[in-house]
Amino acid sequence: MQNLWLIPALPFIGFLINGILGRKLSKAVVSAIAVLSVVLSFGLVVSVGLSSGWGEHPIHQHYFTWIRSGGVDIGWDFMVDKLTMIMLMVVTGIGSLIHIYATGYMAHEEGYYRFFAYLNLFMFFMLNLVLGANYLLLFVGWEGVGLCSYLLIGFYFVKKSATTAGNKAFIVNRIGDFGFSLAMFLIFITFGSLDFGKVLSAAPGKPVEVLTAIALLMLLGATGKSAQIPLYVWLPDAMEGPTPVSALIHAATMVTAGVYMCSRSAAIFLKAPIAMETVAIVGLATAVFAATIGLTQYDIKKVFAYSTVSQLGYMFLGVGVGAFSAGIWHLMTHAFFKALLFMGAGSVIHACGGEQDMRKMGGLKKYTPWTCGVLACASLAIAGVPGTSGFFSKDAILTAAYGHAPWMFWVGVVTAGMTAFYVWRAFWMTFWGEYRGGDAGHSHDHGHAHTHGHDDHAHAHNHSHDHDHDHGHSHSHDDHGHDHHGTPHESPWSMLAPLVVLAFLSLAGGFLFNVPKFLESMFPLHEEVPNEEMLMGVSIFAGLIGIALSYFMYVANKELPGKIRKALGGIYTLVYNKYFVDEFYDATVVRPIIEGSTEVLWHGLDQGVIDGAVNGAGTGSRSIGGVLKHLQSGNIRSYATWVVVGAVILLITVGMNGGLIR
Amino acid sequence: MLANGISSSFVPSNLEMLRFAPELILSVAGTLLMVLDPFFGEGKKSPKIFGHISIVAFLLAIFGAVEANTVAGPAFSNLLIVDGFATYFRVLVLVIGVFAVLSSYLYLDREAADTCEYHALLLFSVAGQCLMVSSNDLIMIFIGLEISSIASYVLAGYLRNDRRNNESALKYFLLGSFATGFLLYGVSIVYGVTGTTKLDEIRTFLAAPGVPTGYVALAAALMIVGLGFKVSGAPFQVWAPDVYQGAPAPVSAFMATAPKAAAFAIFLRIFVTDFDKIGSSWEPLIWISALLSMTIGNFAALTQTNIKRMLAYSSIAHAGYLLVALAARSEIGTAAAMFYLAAYALMNIGAFAVVIHICGKGEKNVLISDLAGLGQKQPLTAGLLTVFVLSLIGVPLTGGFFGKFYIFRSALESHLVWLAILGLLNSAVAAYYYLRLLVVMYMHEPGEATESLEPLSPGLGLALALPAVGTFVLGVAPGAVLALATAGAALTK
Repeated sequence: MQNLWLIPALPFIGFLINGILGRKLSKAVVSAIAVLSVVLSFGLVVSVGLSSGWGEHPIHQHYFTWIRSGGVDIGWDFMVDKLTMIMLMVVTGIGSLIHIYATGYMAHEEGYYRFFAYLNLFMFFMLNLVLGANYLLLFVGWEGVGLCSYLLIGFYFVKKSATTAGNKAFIVNRIGDFGFSLAMFLIFITFGSLDFGKVLSAAPGKPVEVLTAIALLMLLGATGKSAQIPLYVWLPDAMEGPTPVSALIHAATMVTAGVYMCSRSAAIFLKAPIAMETVAIVGLATAVFAATIGLTQYDIKKVFAYSTVSQLGYMFLGVGVGAFSAGIWHLMTHAFFKALLFMGAGSVIHACGGEQDMRKMGGLKKYTPWTCGVLACASLAIAGVPGTSGFFSKDAILTAAYGHAPWMFWVGVVTAGMTAFYVWRAFWMTFWGEYRGGDAGHSHDHGHAHTHGHDDHAHAHNHSHDHDHDHGHSHSHDDHGHDHHGTPHESPWSMLAPLVVLAFLSLAGGFLFNVPKFLESMFPLHEEVPNEEMLMGVSIFAGLIGIALSYFMYVANKELPGKIRKALGGIYTLVYNKYFVDEFYDATVVRPIIEGSTEVLWHGLDQGVIDGAVNGAGTGSRSIGGVLKHLQSGNIRSYATWVVVGAVILLITVGMNGGLIR
Repeated sequence: MLANGISSSFVPSNLEMLRFAPELILSVAGTLLMVLDPFFGEGKKSPKIFGHISIVAFLLAIFGAVEANTVAGPAFSNLLIVDGFATYFRVLVLVIGVFAVLSSYLYLDREAADTCEYHALLLFSVAGQCLMVSSNDLIMIFIGLEISSIASYVLAGYLRNDRRNNESALKYFLLGSFATGFLLYGVSIVYGVTGTTKLDEIRTFLAAPGVPTGYVALAAALMIVGLGFKVSGAPFQVWAPDVYQGAPAPVSAFMATAPKAAAFAIFLRIFVTDFDKIGSSWEPLIWISALLSMTIGNFAALTQTNIKRMLAYSSIAHAGYLLVALAARSEIGTAAAMFYLAAYALMNIGAFAVVIHICGKGEKNVLISDLAGLGQKQPLTAGLLTVFVLSLIGVPLTGGFFGKFYIFRSALESHLVWLAILGLLNSAVAAYYYLRLLVVMYMHEPGEATESLEPLSPGLGLALALPAVGTFVLGVAPGAVLALATAGAALTK
């Protein structure tokens, strides 16, 4: 009998030790605790997998009753079935690799212990999210990972942009969580329980309208956490966080929580066709939309961020057309290659001394051959080159989409072409051609004070530099590359080893793990689609075209991109500026709320109408008389007037409600 | 002797005295402090002994309240009633009393203020609240309310030489008296219609078929004005920001929690039992008031720069959530409100305790920006404030989350779908201004206020640590408190 609770408990213990004592521990001890807690957790997952036939025999463990009152009976229950098994393997497996990578990547950062404490806390909540056997536990994890994501995005808090990005992520996610909590309440009212088992088995018998409402509200929750239209805006900004965070939280695990939730609730979604259609359309629209933005970006992490948004869109497309197992498959393969892309990007940034602008890179294959090699593997996989992991999962989704509605397939194929193009564009711009960055370490240190917002590593670290500039505050800049003034350099092996493992998985993960077959008992395989070979050929072709075109434009014929930019003019500007969606939200939602609150409630109501604010009452007089005089001048009277007005409104309401007549 | 241990003569029986134990202990202790003042008060500027005595008195009173519950029943010609509901609230306000004392030591010392009167007033105020929550009679409720309020008026203006204190006290006093007028007017109408002020007799009267309820609905509306003022529910919330901002910080902490809890207790006791029959006429009023409170509170808090004022608006918003539970008009709703009040009290006391810690002499550091760099300078204090902020936001594993969860569940079960949706939306907005505290604390460089900060004093440390533990307990293992709330909510209808 395996104790499932140990799986999340280990990272939690790591969090406690590093969080409380970390300040006093050496970096080696901190990283040992952080990495070991996750690796052990991974080991436990494997042993649970071995003993349960990898979820063939589901495990359900009840630890204690959390709440029991008036018809509510919610326990702290964990369960493992095949779906959970996949999620557990991805979360702890990739999580372990990224923890190892981070020990190298963050080696020179101040607040090292704090970083790993947060990262372990994140693992705790994420594992809670996937292990929880009811919606409330899922929600605990859901909110918890959001909180950790907020803390980690804002990790480089001396940068204002990082703080802002963290806030944005938190607030946008609150809107999604609002949807999720409503869904949860609705489930509770409808089913009288929040247990997956009870709810999902009873779902087929409930009215379609209610199930549709639940599913749509869940989708709202998922669009927040998994960065789909309309709530995707936080994810690109979240790249302000350290790169291992981008890889772990904003690519491989947390952002896929929405896909997991929808698949877990498949029984509800399958009975709500309107909701399914909405999921598919939202997913597809996000996939295309984000891919077009990805075509134009120059910040290497931003390219991959939009790519993540786009690939998550694919997963939702899979879920929406009923191919849940294909969506989960893509979730897994995406975790491999996108974590690799981000960590590779981190390695590149590391090599270039903190530079993230691809226009200042180039020719890096000479300096960083390993990084170049592993990134090539990831780029092949995401482009869907036959045999790679991305090929299998993407093809499964696209085929299912064709079976649902052919036009969805065609849009998906075009997106696949764009995906191949922008990823390989990034690849060529980074590794081919001549190095355009000049003296890496040096240029970085100088450019740094002005290019915040693009720099990942502007961080608290002031003592080891003998060239401290006047940045306005003592904490200033980056440390990556500080020992390598001059040419770019390859990363240490603690960073490269995880990359090599992921490169292998990106290439071979598709035929090693046939997820749809594995999940067949939970989600029946999709029905056969005519001309499947032809469809496969088309999607392969789209990917290859994308790669070829990028080579043509960024290696063979370098003047072309500039010409195209000019030719497109306004359209290019529109896309380059991400369709001005942020500005649109800012003008229509954020500013009205803030200004409305300031003008109406504060200046208007608080200070204008009722003349609020404690101003020390009375001018220059300390006596009670003076106070009274001031109050007599209208303040108290206006307050009292408010009470009277309120009372009159209440009385009128009672009267209109028939109160006085009866 | 009659049944229930009630004395038939004018002299109350021992059992009745036991049921009255908390109020008795507090009143005696308060008087004792006044008598002791000349012996300890001379020489030292602000002796701590009075605080120690009142903590002992509060703890004894908690013991008394629990003991009284073992012999639950009416007292003093049915003017008082000790039941699960009364006991829950008695213990709640008494615990708040303990925290109020703990968080006052440092403050009074810093301001070199007289301690005897302060603690005596706190004891009297809580005694009034205990009386309120265990009253079975509208007049007794009024008397309890006045005992509690008059003591709080004085406390709000406790530092006589501080103009902000004076302003706060006067506003609170004038407006409070004004609002109480409405309450009394309502009570008199009820008496006019039913011929009694006893809650159980009013209930019997209204339960009879064919009773005209029109004037009772009018009375209910008038009482909503009075009680709405006391719980700072919109549109009667205008006083709260000024008063909380102007009063001494520990008093604000106290005012935002204990009197509010007691006022909600009588709100619930009167409205879900006696006025349940005319529920359809007052439910819309509470509905509107709940929505207004949540919206005004949360949106006005968005732009505040003063922490006390922000917390005041936040407490208006929380009153809104509690009114949602009242609008649900069900036992589950009552239990949810009771649970939420406990969670609310803990997180607010904690948050205010941090304000007391950082504000310095003369409360010069009360802006949100004064928290800058607290996470760096005093990680423990910052960590504790984080717990309270997370609970105020309503993040899972804190009491605030479960409180909201129960409240909105009760609303949905009573088919208040829109109110629940708007409430949840409101709590999403609220995250924004609470988050600012965390941002400033962890992500800004230490400023003047935090650079010169003294280490956490033992009293404040307790007033921070205990509520933090409580907040977690209510979030992780809410069972025990929830069971008490559920049992207490089973009021006789």
